[in-house]
Amino acid sequence: MSAVIEPGHAGHTDHHHDHGHHGPAKGLMRWVLTTNHKDIGTMYLWFSFAMFLIGGSFAMVIRAELFQPGLQIVEPAFFNQMTTMHGLVMVFGAVMPAFVGLANWMIPLMVGAPDMALPRMNNFSFWLLPAAFGLLISTLFTAGGGPNFGWTFYAPLSTTYAPESVTFFIFAIHLMGISSIMGAINVIATILNLRAPGMTLMKMPLFVWTWLITAFLLIAVMPVLAGCVTMMLMDIHFGTSFFSAAGGGDPVLFQHVFWFFGHPEVYIMILPAFGAVSSIIPAFSRKPLFGYTSMVYATASIAFLSFIVWAHHMFVVGIPLVGELFFMYATLLIAVPTGVKVFNWVTTMWQGSLTFETPMLFAVAFVILFTIGGFSGLMLAIAPADFQYHDTYFVVAHFHYVLVPGAIFGIFASAYYWLPKWTGHMYDETLGKLHFWLSFVGMNMAFFPMHFVGLAGMPRRIPDYNLQFADFNMVSSIGAFSFGATQFLFLFIVIKCIRGGKPAPAKPWDGADGLEWTIPSPAPYHTFTTPPEVK
Amino acid sequence: MSEGIATKKLVTRLLLLVVVMFAFGFALVPIYDVMCKAFGINGKTSGQYQGAQQQVDEARQVKVQFMATNAADMVWEFRPVSADLVVHPGAVNEMTFIAQNPTDKPMTAQAIPSVSPSEAAAYFHKTACFCFNQQVLQPGERVEMKVRFIVDRDLPKDVYHLTLGYTLFDITARHAPVAAR
Ligand code: HEM
Ligand SMILES: [Cu+2]
Repeated sequence: MSAVIEPGHAGHTDHHHDHGHHGPAKGLMRWVLTTNHKDIGTMYLWFSFAMFLIGGSFAMVIRAELFQPGLQIVEPAFFNQMTTMHGLVMVFGAVMPAFVGLANWMIPLMVGAPDMALPRMNNFSFWLLPAAFGLLISTLFTAGGGPNFGWTFYAPLSTTYAPESVTFFIFAIHLMGISSIMGAINVIATILNLRAPGMTLMKMPLFVWTWLITAFLLIAVMPVLAGCVTMMLMDIHFGTSFFSAAGGGDPVLFQHVFWFFGHPEVYIMILPAFGAVSSIIPAFSRKPLFGYTSMVYATASIAFLSFIVWAHHMFVVGIPLVGELFFMYATLLIAVPTGVKVFNWVTTMWQGSLTFETPMLFAVAFVILFTIGGFSGLMLAIAPADFQYHDTYFVVAHFHYVLVPGAIFGIFASAYYWLPKWTGHMYDETLGKLHFWLSFVGMNMAFFPMHFVGLAGMPRRIPDYNLQFADFNMVSSIGAFSFGATQFLFLFIVIKCIRGGKPAPAKPWDGADGLEWTIPSPAPYHTFTTPPEVK
Repeated sequence: MSEGIATKKLVTRLLLLVVVMFAFGFALVPIYDVMCKAFGINGKTSGQYQGAQQQVDEARQVKVQFMATNAADMVWEFRPVSADLVVHPGAVNEMTFIAQNPTDKPMTAQAIPSVSPSEAAAYFHKTACFCFNQQVLQPGERVEMKVRFIVDRDLPKDVYHLTLGYTLFDITARHAPVAAR
């Protein structure tokens, strides 16, 4: 198919069309009706940040309760709702929409497209999210309480023993799923069909590559999640027994279906961050990315392998020995392409002329801390050892190391890197660095001690604990509070940057590379209406 | 406009993929059942055994232990008459379980069997079992329920000890006791 774009034709029938180049419409309706990829990207990012604060406040409740042993602040039943909602809001509300927001803003700019391929669907997929999360969060105020069965919502906790609100939860998951699937279709259509002439696949920035692969993962597994919650719905309301042993079903089946979605999902949350960091590290090393081709293949193999390792979450449910061995070795195999990536990032920095502006600080911390998370993952992947570690705080430490300095730091790095392009102003570098260092210290203080209490046997998702874990938990809580508070500094920095600051040149980072830096800052409302020529 | 058509085609294909994956989620249910039965995963035993065993292996002894568990919220008294039985592979054996409904309402129950270690499940054959039917008990009623089974002669040599466990579920809400009659 041809990637040639007729000048002035944006691949959609926008009713402002014949007015030519112009700014956005005025007032509130601009945001409700917009089909502009930059507006929609901005909305996704703000939505994600709001969810980050809400999900974060749930985490503060958890850490406040765990500050000391004993039950002080909340009822155990409410504590369960907090762990559940924290996980759900962070995964589906904060991390995933942030990446979709970055995709909306940057993919058209990076491939030289005038907009996303399906702008109206784009608007719809965004506006489903406030509805989904409004519904989900409102369940906390219902008489029976919100979902309390963990973000992994294992049956029969989420079926036979679920609170009434589970039906709203199921509907919310359906809405989020539809939103993600439409977002993914849009990304694939944009990347495959709207690239500027000369932008061959192997010339695309890695952020575009990793998002292309992520979008395929989304299309492959979000429908399975939808099937999973549909089966729950039928068990609860229509008398089927997919997951109920009493009717001949099997609760273990639930875990297979969930993790078939769940493991690829964890890569959905990290691959776009891999891509962003692969743009940022070369920019501040003033060297091209080392091993571009191997990065593409490594990403593809990680995505492929992510489909055959799901049962490493289920080592203790009683799978046969060959199963334990298969899933153990398959999981360990993922370390190989992941190692290739880390090697390439380090080699890109090797002998580069490094400077450490805020995006680079976050990116370097990403490489180091994500690797720590990868190592604890390898420990968990060893089936016999996992019998000890499973469902302890060690698992919590593992996935927070891959998700906080992994996904979240990747998002922060991207935000600082592209803020000058989005706003036309430079952000406050001193405050940015302060944000980094406070986040770095707070995050390590919160999550590192969890390795120790986990190895010593402290179970996760329980509001009380043995006295021996008291000191480490207090340290964790203090770290978590300071990490949480620091995020208001980020909000301040972003608002300050939007409202003013040193004007940003078209290319504020001298080592940066890519089409997005060829357009002025702030990026005009319409860009690349005539496709650029890529050599 | 060629790019508009290309996009339409691509989107159609992607939507098809979405539908296929949604169906795949449901297909996991029978796939899982088949895998469990074929490999005896998860201690699942199959339905009524139709085959026959040539001979009894008098030389070999296997201890079969019995367990009866009530699922949450189930109030019946439910137990085997004896805790274990030493059997020879190939022989037909019988065990009796007692169930009693202590409430003042008629109730329906379903027992779900499971064999452990799970690799032995495929070698455990039931020729008759109360778990093939639902149990309906009137208030205070007490029944003796039989399971007749054969341990396969091909049971792996390193298995000396089997556990047959039943979990009893209250399914009154789903199968009203009167209607079930
Ligand atoms: C080398 C790569 C990785 C390996 C070998 C690995 C391995 C594992 C294993 C074996 C578990 C199960 C532990 C248990 O429940 O006992 C686990 C849990 C988890 N991992 Fe990883 N992992 C890796 C990377 C990642 C990445 C990149 C992410 C996300 C960005 C991630 C997110 C999670 C999450 C969220 C859980 C916990 C799920 C839950 O039970 O709530 N992991 N990992
Ligand atoms: Cu996993």
